[in-house]
Amino acid sequence: MATPAPMDSDKIKGLVCRECGKEYPAVSLHVCDMCFGPLEVQYNYKVIKPRLTRKAIEAGPKSLWRYVDLLPIAGNPTVGLAAGFTPLVPAKNLGDELGLDTLYLKNDTVNHPTLSFKDRVVSVALTRARELGYDTVACASTGNLANSVAAHAAAAKMQCYVFIPHDLEASKVLGNLVYRPNVVEVEGNYDDVNRLCSEIAGEHRWAFVNVNLRPYYAEGSKTLAYEVVEQLGWDAPDHIIVPMASGSLLTKIWKGLNEFHKLGLIDHMATKVDGAQAEGCSPIATAHKLGRDFFKPVKPTTIAKSLAIGNPADGYYALKAAAESGGTMDTVTDEEIVEGMTLLAQTEGIFAETAGGVTIGVLKKLVKQGIIKRTETTVALITGNGLKTQEAVMNAVGRPTRISPSLVHFQKTFGLGNHER
Amino acid sequence: MAHLRFHLRFPEDKIKEPVLCQINRAFPKVDTNIRRADVREKTGWMDVEFSGDPAEIERAIAGIRQKGVIVDPIELNVVE
Repeated sequence: MATPAPMDSDKIKGLVCRECGKEYPAVSLHVCDMCFGPLEVQYNYKVIKPRLTRKAIEAGPKSLWRYVDLLPIAGNPTVGLAAGFTPLVPAKNLGDELGLDTLYLKNDTVNHPTLSFKDRVVSVALTRARELGYDTVACASTGNLANSVAAHAAAAKMQCYVFIPHDLEASKVLGNLVYRPNVVEVEGNYDDVNRLCSEIAGEHRWAFVNVNLRPYYAEGSKTLAYEVVEQLGWDAPDHIIVPMASGSLLTKIWKGLNEFHKLGLIDHMATKVDGAQAEGCSPIATAHKLGRDFFKPVKPTTIAKSLAIGNPADGYYALKAAAESGGTMDTVTDEEIVEGMTLLAQTEGIFAETAGGVTIGVLKKLVKQGIIKRTETTVALITGNGLKTQEAVMNAVGRPTRISPSLVHFQKTFGLGNHER
Repeated sequence: MAHLRFHLRFPEDKIKEPVLCQINRAFPKVDTNIRRADVREKTGWMDVEFSGDPAEIERAIAGIRQKGVIVDPIELNVVE
């Protein structure tokens, strides 16, 4: 059900079909009426270019909204005002461990307010939802997206529906319930939830962030690329390692880099965008390895639940973007994911969720294979916080050392001397 | 009258079978309209609009699934 657009600012041209090129106004529409291809936001770069300078961006708020000129909202942001602009951490210890001179971590484990990169996309989607006149937002999610939609909806005083499979772990359900959305447990398997949500999005006048608002929602991911470039002193890195679920993040990182280059905000851009997936759910990386431009959907079996999308909506486009950039893709086993998580925590003090373990694991492989060279500036995207997936490392982090409340016992246990006194 | 859009994926051994034609015959009250497709030697998919009574469309979709074709919403995975 399409909603009429409000007075759009001149920066948004409208929506365009990625397949047939048919153009539409900037309404809540996500599939081309003609060929059923996905729609994407189209900008009027001629209008944007003269006013978008490095200086203008640097003078903006310390959030993702400093790039508002390249985000698909017509007016001022109204939801998620503190999201984004997370630290780009120089990772010397991890770089030494892996054999890289210049490694950075884009740390979205501290994104506001729900500690994952989803706070970016949801801020943009909900701001746009309000502009389009919606008072109810919804999503289908088993993790980070649900957290972020529920939290932002609470703060924005919007009605919220979160759809989940009925057998989801209690801890994940609780993380949503605390914000008081309508949490709907759907009786049935994953495919049933998927199908039902697509149908609901077509029937109700709700802003389903990852269905009918998807063209706007996905654009929020570009801000990760913008921030990396700005935080590197207006320079594009040689490699960016991106975890892949639907494939949307990778395509938007590539789009963001190209926009900055096209708008003259960076002089040179030769970044290779590399994709990372878990072996137990790797439809995109497997297609890349086989040299195919299409992927075979899979039933996910991996601990990296936030990346477990077996039939990725943007898989084809992610393959295309990685190929255009000259990037590669690889996979890691569940064991390597845990190793990646603990290595990251123990070298840089960052506790990432399983997706972070996938990124670090694949980074390690690419350096070992010589695909990423020691001297190349490399950025790894760490997209979610480890506190959300503690069970993944439960058996890999050891136990505390128990002692009696005695100084002597303490010193003896840790070999600190003086216990003879 | 409902209009529902689905992504149909044909496993390699089903590519040569006239699945949609058989479904049209079995469910004459459901119109199928292929809007986009890519059929190759080892893989094939179609984006199809089904129009008709919702319950009858459900039965037609169940029939397609029974023939070994994988049916998903046009959006593919929406659970993130």
